[in-house]
Amino acid sequence: MSALKIEKGSSSHSVYALRDPFAEREEKHTLAVLVENEPGVLARVIGLFAGRGYNIESLTVAEIDHKGHRSRITIVTSGTPEVIEQIKAQLGRIVVVHEVHDLTVEGAAVERELALFKVSGTGDKRIEALRLAEIFRANVVDSTLESFMFELTGPSDKIDAFAELMRPLGLTELARTGIAALARGTA
Amino acid sequence: MTRQMTGAKMVVQALKDQGVDTIFGYPGGAVLPIYDEIFQQNDIKHVLVRHEQAAIHAAEGYARSTGKVGVALVTSGPGATNAVTGLTDALLDSIPLVVFSGQVATFMIGTDGFQEADTVGITRPCTKHNWLIKDTDKLADTVHQAFHVATSGRPGPVLIDLPKDVQFAQGEYVPPQKAKKSYYQPKVKASIEEITDLVALIEKAERPLFYTGGGVINSGPAASQLLRELVDTTGFPITTTLMGLGSYPASGKGWLGMPGMHGLYEANMAMHDCDLMINVGARFDDRITGLVSAFSPGSTKVHIDIDPSSVNKIIRVDLPIIGDVGHVLEDVLKVWKSRGRKTKSAALKQWWAQIETWKDIRCLNYTNSQTVIKPQYALERLQALTGGMDRYITTEVGQHQMWAAQYLGFEAPNRWMTSGGLGTMGYGFPASIGVQMAHPESLVINVAGEASWLMNMQEMGTAMQYRLPVKQFILNNERLGMVRQWQELLHGERYSSSWSESLPDFVKLAEAFGAKGILCSDPKDLDDAIMEMIKYDGPVIFDCLVEKHENCFPMIPSGKPHNEMLLSAEAEAFEGGGALV
Repeated sequence: MSALKIEKGSSSHSVYALRDPFAEREEKHTLAVLVENEPGVLARVIGLFAGRGYNIESLTVAEIDHKGHRSRITIVTSGTPEVIEQIKAQLGRIVVVHEVHDLTVEGAAVERELALFKVSGTGDKRIEALRLAEIFRANVVDSTLESFMFELTGPSDKIDAFAELMRPLGLTELARTGIAALARGTA
Repeated sequence: MTRQMTGAKMVVQALKDQGVDTIFGYPGGAVLPIYDEIFQQNDIKHVLVRHEQAAIHAAEGYARSTGKVGVALVTSGPGATNAVTGLTDALLDSIPLVVFSGQVATFMIGTDGFQEADTVGITRPCTKHNWLIKDTDKLADTVHQAFHVATSGRPGPVLIDLPKDVQFAQGEYVPPQKAKKSYYQPKVKASIEEITDLVALIEKAERPLFYTGGGVINSGPAASQLLRELVDTTGFPITTTLMGLGSYPASGKGWLGMPGMHGLYEANMAMHDCDLMINVGARFDDRITGLVSAFSPGSTKVHIDIDPSSVNKIIRVDLPIIGDVGHVLEDVLKVWKSRGRKTKSAALKQWWAQIETWKDIRCLNYTNSQTVIKPQYALERLQALTGGMDRYITTEVGQHQMWAAQYLGFEAPNRWMTSGGLGTMGYGFPASIGVQMAHPESLVINVAGEASWLMNMQEMGTAMQYRLPVKQFILNNERLGMVRQWQELLHGERYSSSWSESLPDFVKLAEAFGAKGILCSDPKDLDDAIMEMIKYDGPVIFDCLVEKHENCFPMIPSGKPHNEMLLSAEAEAFEGGGALV
């Protein structure tokens, strides 16, 4: 059975509906791109986004198979459904790209980000920062008499929320890894 | 069996093993070891061009006219940057090329060395893939990979950047049979469900249209054969893009001519009014679609393409079929025949009757002149006098290119070489050199405008050196004709920088290179002059002085739908008043 049921003379997928200027429905998608880890591969991927005018909201990359020279690039991007489809097709066309997965549509996925926060302060502010860190289950990974460095892992909005709280308490520096994501379930 | 040899020798050996017989190039410091190896063998012929851009276009002409891979060799730095236009051209028109560039030694990379450029960085967006080789042991394998990538899936140009020390160093040669199997294996066959869906649409269509493109030619001669069979047995009309001319014969009964901005009236009207559009290896380019929101509003659209990124990029289609055109057409024919070769013949007859009324507009009519050569007339005569010959046509870019597409007829694929996607002025002359190298006994004509032609005129030297009898048929209107036309129609007749001032005397220019020059300005002399050009055994510059202010029609202005074409005054008069403007 075919998935497509096309009526005779159908224009249900007509271009009229496609580019409705009043319905710019931007969606956020998380893509996992498995690539051959050879020189320039990241440049190919980000060059594609820059050259064709696609958005990158977050980008994470590391080699995940040292023997097989495979890297996993996790990209959070946004665009209309048509643009998201194009992005996936264009990524798939790169010769050194093995697989492209859209974790947003392929079922539930876990998305995590790691962040480091440097919070400087003394007295009550310092105590409050530590208390909040405990609530958020952030670890103290470095400390001086006038500062803490917290390590926090979680979804991006949790990082955002913690950063928001730390700002009035003396947040001086923030480093975030960007999102790493995997689909839930077996294989 | 593996052997030790230098990187430079490996390049030549790998090319031989890949069946390469001709390469186009220009030497320089960073590729001298390879040139040294080329000097010491006779299997591969090297054609010395006069500019690296021409090497790439010549390789494109060679590739497009043979179906084989075009190969070019350029030096580092400026050699590589000069190749960029050609690479981009080949990428947009899906021409398989393998280009080698020299590079400074690996230990010099990044030091701003003499003639150093970040070639893989610069060419990354204008190649299908590229490689910088830092280890001679990997060289041979990469060359074989390069040929695989250039020709598999949607073809395209690839580049291998070769540092000079890698060329000198010894390494182990790997023959193609022992090369690593590439994980790059694009899908070529479509599913039976998709094929059956398409056949069902063919059986039910009342106003069908094949809209085919360069993908049919890239798929190989068998695909053109299958397309002809499918078109002729279904009795459906067909329109073929600029890149696809020749895949269906211009004399065929289903033929409507080229669609698009300067396409034929009947082709565009059929695009607009059809109820089933079967896109075979074309990509809904903006020169074809016009205003996308009004593109073929009532049709079910099918798109057969080997490149998934071409599907739903510009026009949303109802039935995408990812696969090689040849494979898909073969399956479609098989299934359609097995289901009883059904079409809606009564409706089809009506559809053809409608198309005939559009053909009756005779959109290519023009007012001829007794005193001035009309460019359309020049091409009609060229077609009449050479159409039956073993002929290859290349073009530059502009009005002459569109007129050539309109007035010349192509009966077979691989006979028409033009810069479609990138629109590269200066493409045609070097491309004609590449074509003539591949087909030494055939008639090769570059239909040119004087402005485009001047962009790579230095190649007269190449044509003379290799005794390539390429005919440069220049429609000389002393204008950048297409720019002038747009300025007339869209910019208030302000002809900003669109005159070809200070033109050379083309006859003397030909003679300066030792070639033949012919000047023709009188319509009465044209036939004899064309015959003189054809009969001359050597390169000819034919300076055909034509009407200076002729416009190319039909024309769909940007942002207009297909049924709002501008027609020439002639065609409008025939229609009775020209309500279409």
